[in-house]
Amino acid sequence: MDAVFLALILMLSIFLGFELISKVPATLHTPLMSGANAISGITIVGALISAGSGTDMLATILGAAAVMFATINVVGGYMVTNRMLSMFKKKDVDQSGGKS
Amino acid sequence: MSLEIINLWYVVSAALFIFGLKQLGSPATAVKGNKISSLAMLIAVVVTLFNKNILPWEWIIGAILVGSLVGAITAQKVEMTSMPEMVALFNGSGGIASLMVGWAALYNVGNTTFTDITILLSILIGGMTFSGSILAWGKLSEVINSAAVVFGAQRFVNALILVAIVVCSVMFCLEPAVDSPYLYAVIALALIFGVMAVLPIGGADMPVVISLLNSYSGLAACAAGFAINNNILIVAGSMVGAAGIILTNIMCKAMNRSLGHVLFSGFGAVKEATKVEGEVKPINSEDAFLILEAAQSVTFVPGYGMAVAQAQHVVRELGELLEKNGAEVTYAIHPVAGRMPGHMNVLLAEANVPYDQLVEMDDINPRIDKVDVAVVIGANDVVNPAARNDENSPIYGMPIINVDYAQTVFVLKRSMASGFSGVDNPLFFGDNTRMLFGDAKQSIAAVVAEFKT
Repeated sequence: MDAVFLALILMLSIFLGFELISKVPATLHTPLMSGANAISGITIVGALISAGSGTDMLATILGAAAVMFATINVVGGYMVTNRMLSMFKKKDVDQSGGKS
Repeated sequence: MSLEIINLWYVVSAALFIFGLKQLGSPATAVKGNKISSLAMLIAVVVTLFNKNILPWEWIIGAILVGSLVGAITAQKVEMTSMPEMVALFNGSGGIASLMVGWAALYNVGNTTFTDITILLSILIGGMTFSGSILAWGKLSEVINSAAVVFGAQRFVNALILVAIVVCSVMFCLEPAVDSPYLYAVIALALIFGVMAVLPIGGADMPVVISLLNSYSGLAACAAGFAINNNILIVAGSMVGAAGIILTNIMCKAMNRSLGHVLFSGFGAVKEATKVEGEVKPINSEDAFLILEAAQSVTFVPGYGMAVAQAQHVVRELGELLEKNGAEVTYAIHPVAGRMPGHMNVLLAEANVPYDQLVEMDDINPRIDKVDVAVVIGANDVVNPAARNDENSPIYGMPIINVDYAQTVFVLKRSMASGFSGVDNPLFFGDNTRMLFGDAKQSIAAVVAEFKT
């Protein structure tokens, strides 16, 4: 039953994902990709939990390494996405670069 | 915090992820969307820390500190031209994290066979995402040869690896153990398979690979979610999976190739394109200025060559001068103009080109005949009329920006490599085409200088 429930969630999220992302304009595809990259860092939640119940040292090391790699993904992904998105400006806002 | 309450917070986090992605649908709200998405991530991480069965604190703090530092420095330092490399590396880091999560989950007691299968999936997808991404990074940054590597028995070897993966996985599931030799075999095979999958893809096809690896990194998180019975991993992971698939599809369509063709066949058998002969009509910056000054509408068609020449800032300057002169200025961007989906848009945004001037191929083509001057900078294949007319052309069928239908076309090109014949881009010989030879940055700067005098 648990597996079926998880599969249901998977199915719904995939459809929702397709709906949402096919609406993102081509202009934003690179930030979308780096943003999605940051979201895939959600593995960090799994990393925090997965190694917890055991007392094995190797499991702890694996878990900690996974936390580190996933954090790179999360922090780096969100920051670079923010950096990129902040560069997208509308015409009337942008007066800085104009030469007289 | 009890498990129910933690799970409830995961629902909040999932809702915020979805809302954040929705906001990413327009440049005006995208910054906010990204922040909402990061808030969702923060909530998911913080509530997880209230779970009793987590890693020891000192390990968590250490790992998060190191990870944040590396991530933050990379994100600040990276050049916009190097975005594809960085995304490839981040994909790889997500992949290895999923592999490790799966591996560590094996230490939990009382796993069912279903859980074991999802753990293996997490290890497999994570592993091949990791090694594939590292190879993709190597190819993108030219650390290794970026050409497609195709050898005769490739399909046979790949099939063999797949069979070995299935066999080892079955053997493992029959007798699961953390020190099972089959586990190590699966990990090793996953890593090899990732390399084998990216090896035959090269050059112009790299945007497809990055999109696909992006999708895999999401699916790996998804599989890890199944392995540890966690909803938020499944929701977030499948969104990323969907994003990657959509972008992969867009890239394939823009190159008129099927995904299977990109993945398995290197670059298809190259047919000899019909040679075009004719005379090119070179102009100098002074003439270019006179034509541009009279133009009512000007469209720039940039390719990656523009970014290589670092010409985007001077192009934007020319665009502004033309606007002041009363012309309507747009930038027509082909989906594969950069080295990853949407790359050219970011490079132009960095040069302060307002996003409302960036138009897609499908928007500009119907009205390209009303464009007075189309300025092609560092682009070649994406404006090659042979894709439309010449069935023998290797790019026949690829959608292009029809600049040859514009009133006048300027092509900025370093030189005519093979003289007056043997060039397979008929655009250069069009009646309405004028060639502006020389370094793109200097040529544009010369026109800008004419405007200012």
